[in-house]
Amino acid sequence: MTMPFYASVEQIMRDRSELARKGIARGRSVAVLSYADGVVFIAENASTALRKVSEIYDRIGFAAVGRYSEYDNLRTAGIRLADMRGYSYDRRDVSGRQLANSYAHALNSIFTEQQKPYEVEVCVAEVGKEVGADQLYRITYDGSMVDERDFVIMGGQAEAMTLTLREIYRPGLPLAEAVELGVRALASVGGSAGAPRDLPADQLEVAILDRFRPQRAFKRITAAALAELLPGPVAPDVPAGESAPDTPETPETPETTQTTDGAPEVDAPGVIAPPPPPDPHPGQPPAMPRPDGAGGEADDAAAGPAESGPASPGSA
Amino acid sequence: MTHQFSDLSAAFRTTGSSFSDFLGESAPHLLPGRRALPPTAAAGLAPSATTIVAATFPGGVVMGGDRRATMGNYIAQRDIQKVYASDEFSVVGIAGSAGIAIEMIRLFTVELEHFEKIEGTTLSLDGKANRLATMIRGNLGAAMQGLAVVPLFAGIDPEAADPARPGRVFSYDVTGGVYEEFGYDAIGSGSLFAKSALKKVWAPDRDRAATVRSVVESLYDAADDDSATGGPDLVRRLFPVLYSVTIEGAVRVPEDEVIAVAETVIAERSAGPRTD
Repeated sequence: MTMPFYASVEQIMRDRSELARKGIARGRSVAVLSYADGVVFIAENASTALRKVSEIYDRIGFAAVGRYSEYDNLRTAGIRLADMRGYSYDRRDVSGRQLANSYAHALNSIFTEQQKPYEVEVCVAEVGKEVGADQLYRITYDGSMVDERDFVIMGGQAEAMTLTLREIYRPGLPLAEAVELGVRALASVGGSAGAPRDLPADQLEVAILDRFRPQRAFKRITAAALAELLPGPVAPDVPAGESAPDTPETPETPETTQTTDGAPEVDAPGVIAPPPPPDPHPGQPPAMPRPDGAGGEADDAAAGPAESGPASPGSA
Repeated sequence: MTHQFSDLSAAFRTTGSSFSDFLGESAPHLLPGRRALPPTAAAGLAPSATTIVAATFPGGVVMGGDRRATMGNYIAQRDIQKVYASDEFSVVGIAGSAGIAIEMIRLFTVELEHFEKIEGTTLSLDGKANRLATMIRGNLGAAMQGLAVVPLFAGIDPEAADPARPGRVFSYDVTGGVYEEFGYDAIGSGSLFAKSALKKVWAPDRDRAATVRSVVESLYDAADDDSATGGPDLVRRLFPVLYSVTIEGAVRVPEDEVIAVAETVIAERSAGPRTD
């Protein structure tokens, strides 16, 4: 491959944007919705080890689409930053806005300074005290930051899904309805002949930030609890013959070794390819699923050390 | 100084799942063991905390601590909390120099949560006990100048050999040695009395309520004979802080329950020597 001697800045930026956009559009999507009791993350993700959704801090969650290794870098860096801030000041001094800003700065400098931009899009969600107080920040590969009120959809054919969801979304929905709408939006594209796809529970990664949990609001909804939330087969009005999705029902082994989410080889956006064959050299050991409701009962206690200022009056 | 709280670049350079390792690289001044100390004895400059007791029962473990911090002959604080839940399934109590100890507990708590968030899974109980030992080891220099911190760590182990007895207790020495104790242990200046009281009543099959009672009573005995340990304070309504850990998680024993138990103990002691 020959390199041109000179490429204009605009050309370089255009090329990088195109690379990042293509990479993001190839992946599977994530929807983040504000609902009555908090924020729900719904990711299309067959892997139970390589997460797209994560806890960052007490009231802050993270969701991303794109290249796994890149957004996982951002995720762990965000956790380090938040923990450092909370440790140095106080747990209440960690905010989603500040974290989103840091992500925007980091992504922007990667986009402008490095050969290859990150092919990721990130959502930082901070759950508020009441409906309407939730904050959703969407940060794109070039560091642009958008503050959304109701919901964010990223990855794949996000624009089409956003249009679908905008028509059916209402603020203050109960959890089951919010999940249903989110899944309906995610399933609305990519089916054969424009029909919605079927997204069963084992193809979804769902987590919530519950505004009523005392300290750590993040909680995963797995297996049985998720199956209960999901409606029956999506779009019952679709004739049975047409709704057959390409892959989700095939009992493939879970994608424990994917390096980009979704299918890297397929160029046509929206087409969901079969999971890649298992990598003989898995880079990531499969993580144990974290226990549900971690941090629930220990909340008041874990808050304790932070409040222990008065413990050293003698040094004054 | 402020850049480290908003700039991700330091967080990017680091690898691994340990929060204290991350602090050691990007902000070493925030670590308890990394500060230069003047070469003088510092004992008596800061409050110190005493007497933590832990005992297992079928299904879990109870830990309790008195509420007193002393500075020499002064009572520096009457309502200090020395026992904390370090995560969902473990508790930690501290004796020794209070300021350093509480900083260490805070760091330890963040360390466990940090690992859990980054790895998506919790550390094993032995892993947690060893992380705490590393922190104590880092404090050896300060300990030799009189600012020693000694913790007591307890929790439940989901992989325990006997699932009916998941509770385990770990004690430490000032050099970071970690020792698993059988059934129960106590640390701090009143530990001799507390342990002597506990060993006569502790039995592996006593339930949680009975174990709570034993822990409160052993703290009472420690306060009886050790001036640095505070007994139940009926005037200010201050009672020991107890935590219990079971498969349901680590929870603080409700204050009403502790008060009721403490009042029973006081009433029985006031009635004179036991005849049974």
